[in-house]
Amino acid sequence: MQGKSAPSPETPIVMVGRIGRRRAIAHMNLAAAKAGLHLGQAVAHATALVPDLLLHDLDIDGDASALRRLALWAQRLYSPTVAADPPDGLVIDATGCAHLFGGEEKMLIDIRRRLETVGLTAKVAIADSWGGAHALARYTLRPIFVVPAGGLGRELTGLPVAALRLPPELVLALAKPGFDTIGELEATAKGPLAHRFGMEPIRRLDQAFGREREPIEPVFAPETLRVAKIFAEPIGAPETMARYLAELTVELCAALEAASLGAKAIDAWFYRVDNRIESARIGLSTPARDARRLAKLLCEKLETVDPGFGVDKMVLAAPSAEPLAYKQDDAQIAGSAVRAAADLSGLIDTLVARLGPQSVYRLTSADSDIPERSVRKAPAIDRPAGFSWPVDWPRPTRFFPHPEPIETVALLPDQPPASFTWRGMRRRVRRADGPERVFGEWWKADAELARSRDYFQVEDDTGERYWIYRDGDGEDPSSGSQRWFMAGVFG
Amino acid sequence: MAHSSSPAALDALRRQVRALETEDRVTRAVLPFGVPPLDARLPGGGLALGSLHEVAGGAEEALYGATAARFAAGILARAQGEVLWCRRQADLFAPSLAQAGLPPERVIFADASDEAGVLAAMEEGLRWPGLAGVVGEVGKLTMTASRRLQLAAEKSGQIAIAVRRWRRVADAADLGQPTAAQTRWRVSTLPSSPLPVPGVGRPRWFLELLRCRAGDAFDIELEACDAKGHLRLPAPLANRPAGPHAGQERAVA
Repeated sequence: MQGKSAPSPETPIVMVGRIGRRRAIAHMNLAAAKAGLHLGQAVAHATALVPDLLLHDLDIDGDASALRRLALWAQRLYSPTVAADPPDGLVIDATGCAHLFGGEEKMLIDIRRRLETVGLTAKVAIADSWGGAHALARYTLRPIFVVPAGGLGRELTGLPVAALRLPPELVLALAKPGFDTIGELEATAKGPLAHRFGMEPIRRLDQAFGREREPIEPVFAPETLRVAKIFAEPIGAPETMARYLAELTVELCAALEAASLGAKAIDAWFYRVDNRIESARIGLSTPARDARRLAKLLCEKLETVDPGFGVDKMVLAAPSAEPLAYKQDDAQIAGSAVRAAADLSGLIDTLVARLGPQSVYRLTSADSDIPERSVRKAPAIDRPAGFSWPVDWPRPTRFFPHPEPIETVALLPDQPPASFTWRGMRRRVRRADGPERVFGEWWKADAELARSRDYFQVEDDTGERYWIYRDGDGEDPSSGSQRWFMAGVFG
Repeated sequence: MAHSSSPAALDALRRQVRALETEDRVTRAVLPFGVPPLDARLPGGGLALGSLHEVAGGAEEALYGATAARFAAGILARAQGEVLWCRRQADLFAPSLAQAGLPPERVIFADASDEAGVLAAMEEGLRWPGLAGVVGEVGKLTMTASRRLQLAAEKSGQIAIAVRRWRRVADAADLGQPTAAQTRWRVSTLPSSPLPVPGVGRPRWFLELLRCRAGDAFDIELEACDAKGHLRLPAPLANRPAGPHAGQERAVA
């Protein structure tokens, strides 16, 4: 239900499922819980207690497919290895992904914010193990929970046993001898525990505390092109991995070519013999299916893949692909003498793979006269046409992002200083040009309404030329602090 | 012991060595500066394409590398194609690059976190055909690193420019260390060209060629590069502007 037909959050809503032959509450919202209902309660009983209760039948298949779609969405955005964690969650292998978002906490905030924009309220936790993150996301009150590496044990002890992903009857059985929290279960001798309750609680405990590996089997969209190779003997040597990766890339590119597609991103998964899946992802600025180039990019990422005791399966997929028609190579016709605008997307992709997407860019003009706001980053693959920077006004070669205060000796308020001291050295001004007055942008902030700066180009005895400015117009105190700053050095 | 070597034999040997040295090169072309006294003293009559060139600033410019960066921009502005600019400190001001003849559509920036990253990015760029050249801002440049850059430049025919820039002025002594670069330049500022009115005139540089393979070191005073990247001889050295001819001006008293 979306839009105007959606009920308000205050309306108690329950999802009706079946427990045996009984129609019972399977899920409910906060309002229903406040009205005194509880999970597993018979529907007839609930409707008697809350007359205006909204009932909806549980659609298990529909929920599962929606969760799968959500997993595919998260896979596109966050990490190659994402799986649905039914009935109500996602699990993301965030190993080596968080730095792309500026840290783990920022990544979680980003996940929550994006889900919020589509009307989903999410609780997110990041921890050393799937089991740990699962428990902390569901059984704590914090919407965002970051557990530092190694700190998982302490956080888990206080949580209820139900957080261990055990079947409900086992949770009930464990409650009878008095096991309420994970800490209590963890402190018990494992032998008798296994004897009485089977291996399941111990397996889940080990998974939650990260003692047992639990691979996250990634989701695949049915339309995603993918190729896989299974090895009879596990491989681990970097050269061998690179060779098979290149072979798989050729296969994937052939599949892309058959579909007239070009990949915008390629994910690689390495299934280790010790039941762990390593992954790597490359992004491409333009759709591509040049096997040699893609293999080179992927092989550079192999550095980050730890093969452990060996890899026995490799999977390569193109989760994001766009139509790519055949293109005639101009150089082949016109001969190598004609040097058309070169295709640099390969270089850009290589540099991005190595330095990160934030570090490869062009600088183009922004609509602002204030020097530090007049430059903005643009994707390296774009070719911005023209610029709006001044051609005749002096602009320094080196521009200091944080202007440094300077001491000046000025003769008249309207003139450039006669000398100034910067970084402990006094420099006499021999020649000067200016002022170039720059006004505050009142449409951006009220405080800038009356502000102005006067920029001067000054030259000292040795011919070094500097760009200095006065914060203010030299008279009106509301225009600025009237102090002088060093803005840059000319070449 | 008899010396059988004659000048002719030596010449033949030199030619052989030269052929061996330049076997891998795709180009032996040069990019002239368009300033005859400068080009005349460079082997081939200009800055060799497909080689590594080092540029450093004099005095305090060793810290900022502003003159060196503008000199490099001026060279590449006159070449064809796009430029990859690798750096650690993002303090190069794009509007000034545009004024030096490198507008936004011609420059791609790559920020690395350390000098090894800058060198690796440079090498990657140099391997890529279709760029005009690659600029890297580095402090330390070892023989091995410079040799790698030189070989990569030879194969693609691009201009590689290492803008040398240090954290302290004292570190600039590093410029004396040998590298595999084709040329080594030092650009220092001089008081700008005088104007008839108060103000800052066209900047002037004291350009020193400290080292040049198959060429001699020299220095020259020049006016800094303009919006198209061209250097110019200061007016008193080049042909003076035409003075007033007799009969052109008239006065009434």
